[in-house]
Order: sequence, then C-alpha cells, then structure tokens
Amino acid sequence: MKAYWYCLSGIFRREWLRFWQQRTRLFSALVRPLLWLIVFAAGFRAALGIAIIAPYDTYITYETYIVPGLACMILLFHGMQSSLSMVYDREMGSMRILLTSPQPRSFLLICKLMASACISIVQVYIFLAITWIYGVQPPLLGLLSALPALFMVALMLGAIGLLLSNGIRQLENFAGVMNFVIFPLFFLSSALYPLWKMQEASLWLYWICRINPFSHAVELVRYALYLQFNTSALLVCTATTLVCLIAAVLTFNPKRTSLRSSQRK
Amino acid sequence: MNALHVNDVSFSYGARQVLHALNFTCPKGRLTALLGPNGAGKSTLISLLTCLYPIQQGQIRVSDHDLNHAPRLALRELGVVFQQSTLDLDLSVEQNLRYHAALHGFSPSDAKLRINAELKRQHLTDRRHDKVRLLNGGHRRRVEIARALLHNPRLLLLDEASAGLDPASRQALQTHLRSLCQERDIAVLSTTHLLDEIAPEDHVLILHQGALVANGSIEAIQAQYQQQSLTQIFAQLTEQEAK
Repeated sequence: MKAYWYCLSGIFRREWLRFWQQRTRLFSALVRPLLWLIVFAAGFRAALGIAIIAPYDTYITYETYIVPGLACMILLFHGMQSSLSMVYDREMGSMRILLTSPQPRSFLLICKLMASACISIVQVYIFLAITWIYGVQPPLLGLLSALPALFMVALMLGAIGLLLSNGIRQLENFAGVMNFVIFPLFFLSSALYPLWKMQEASLWLYWICRINPFSHAVELVRYALYLQFNTSALLVCTATTLVCLIAAVLTFNPKRTSLRSSQRK
Repeated sequence: MNALHVNDVSFSYGARQVLHALNFTCPKGRLTALLGPNGAGKSTLISLLTCLYPIQQGQIRVSDHDLNHAPRLALRELGVVFQQSTLDLDLSVEQNLRYHAALHGFSPSDAKLRINAELKRQHLTDRRHDKVRLLNGGHRRRVEIARALLHNPRLLLLDEASAGLDPASRQALQTHLRSLCQERDIAVLSTTHLLDEIAPEDHVLILHQGALVANGSIEAIQAQYQQQSLTQIFAQLTEQEAK
C-alpha cells in the first residue's frame, strides 16, 4: 500500500510543480471568469432579473447567481486543459514513462485525474477569494462545504476530458473538440441563467440543459456553497464520473504513446 | 545467465506482420546491439518489451518474469531510455528523478539515496538543480540513463539512444554503457542502425524486415558468413550497399 501512496504523492507533486512552473495558466484561468463576473454581469444584470429560487432565500444580484457557474467554468476549462496535456504528453513521449511504471495503469490514470482536480480547486478558491472582495459573499461555512462538491465536479470534468483525450489522435485535432465540448456544456447549463428562463424561451433547449451534466455540477456547487444539499445533482455527477472514468480506463490505448515515433521511421 | 528471453515472438499491425517468430536472449554483463535498417521492427520490439504493445504471439521473459502473466514484476526489472526524450523539460534533473522514483513506489528517503548515488555515478551531481531544458543533448541522455537505472533494473533497454548526439557524446555514451554492464552486471539491449557503435565484445542481433537474420558474437557472425567486416555482413543481410 505504501508504494501506491508514494506513487500518488509523486504524481501530485509533479502536477503541482508543472502548474507552478506555468503560473500564467493560473492568470489565464482567473481572467476568463472574472471578465464574465465584472463585465458580462454588469451589462446583463438589468436584463436578467433573478427571482427567488433555491438555494437562495432572498432576491440576489446577477453576480451572486453566476459565481457558482463561473467556479465550475474554471473546473471545466482546467479539466479540458489537463486532457490536452494528456494528448501533449502522449505526443511528446512523457506518457511512456508513466506507462512503464510497475503500478497498474488504471491507478496511474486515476492518480493523474485526482492531482489535476486538486490543482483546479486551488484556482477556484483563489477566484472565490477575489469574488468575496468584489462583494459576492456566500456564507463562510459554505466555502468549506463546497469543497467536496468542487472535488466531485472536478473529477467528473477531468474524467470527461480523459475520455475525450483517448479519442484524439493528434494535438492539432484538440481545438475543434474543445469548441464542440466546452461551449455547449457551458452555455447549455444553468451556469449563466436559471433554467426556468430557458424554459420560457425554448422547451427543447430547456430539456437539453436539464440533461446536461454540467447543469447538475453547477447546482451541486451552488447548493453546497449555500449550505444545502442537492441529492439529484450529486447522483448525476457521481454517475457521470463513474461512467466516463470506466470508459476512459477501458479505452485508454497505450499503443498511441509510441505511434508518433513509429510513424517517423 | 540471461536477463531477457524472447521466444517465438511475432507481431502484426492488422494484416501486416512486422515481427516474425523472434528468438533471442540478452546475457547479463554484456551489451547486446540490436541492428537493423529503418523499418526493420526495432521500435515495435521495444514497445512489446515495455508493455506498450500487447504480446500477440510468443513469450517474453524479463529476469524470469513473464511479460504476459506478470507484467508489473517484469517492469520492475526493466529500465528504458526511449529514442525521443521523455524528460520533463520544465522540471529540474532531481525533480524528474524523484517523479520516476515515486512511480516505482520508493519512499522519499529511499528515493533521495538512490538519486544521490545515481547522479554521482553519472557525474551529474552539480547539475541536479538545473532545469532539464538547460542541459545539452549528451547530459539529457545521461539523466535518462540515471533515471532508467534508479530502480536497479536487471535489463536496460535503449531505443536509438545516441540519435541526435554529436560524435563525442555518442562515443562517451557507448563507453558508459559498456562500463555499466561490467560494474552492475546488468544486460543492456541497445537498438541502433549505426554500425560504428558496435564493439568487438558485444552480442549482436540483426533484424531485417521483422526477422532475425543474425544472432551471436561478432566473431561467430563473421565466421558464419565468411566476411571481413560487420558492415559487409550487415549490407549483405539487409540488402544494402556497403559503405
């Protein structure tokens, strides 16, 4: 068991070091949601009035509404970015070192996923600290109760990213997949507007939003941030994580790691 | 005593067979040079030996551990240096080695002892905190060799490890590998298509179109083919023009 622990901590350390070496990633990860919060929300707060909806017990500002969605946006982009780094590692060959380790491959992939999830949560808490200063202040205890929800969502999005990365043969193909995954997941969710508003606009769009696992991820975090528990959101997130993770492990093909060098010969 | 046994191993990419019933061993304390022109199947063989490809037919044993039945035990006995550098350029030499030690399940204190010893052996102690990006090609190769030896493997695999190195670094690498064989009594299997990297005491395998066409010491191969030089034999066996 100790060997597994050392392996897990080694992968965590490496992912953290890589993140620390590329601190601009943190900056770009924060700029995106902050722009939404400060610019987008300022423009739309008048147009998009928010009625009293759970888990809030009073009227809230639009900024307050979108903070959980923007926190999940950080997790979404990080999840996809870490799958991009998997494709990069595979192309550059560093994935081979991971795969020639004597530890089980499924364990190694899960370790990578967990390490990546933890790093994205650090980014979310930095974002929440900034939004606190900006004036969006959920209960202090909510920041703590949101931690397991954030971890669950980070794992789910990482597992989706891992599954996607298995289907991508080359780094160049990744940008297209990002556009077809990130934007639909984000915009067809409750991150920016409550779903009753979507229901008023279009019923079929509403149902797409309802089955989008990212909507459930946002609601899980939103409820946890306000010290409430959303069982259905947790169930959907857990099921999505398990399905994607199992599919990712089963479809992971180590042959791909030596494809490029073989092609060069 | 042999560190690697390859018995009747064949491999196909779909309908195209790229390895044909290979049989050979790698003795301990000696360098085995796997020669072959581009496309001979060397990298496919390395991918099989490192469990990146599944074994379709035949048996491979590393230090008596069957790769099919006990891949994790076999991988413990294997150190690998791939043709393409697999170091993390943004991490230091020591951080790269620590990561590898963790992947093999070594505790931080054990890893530290092993890293110190290996860096000393590879004359890299003063570069331990340098980022790999700052190292030249020869030093990077030495870091990769240090990493491959960190867990004391019985078999060291090198896939065209001298590719991209200048002549002096290539020479130094070859000398270093042979001293490793003797000092640590490990087997080294090194793939190459550069005949000037072969030393008289090496065990030689020549792979051509996925089949092993020569297997033995240079003396034995020369006697078998009644040729003066390995270059001529290689040219004859691989149907290339002798340089």
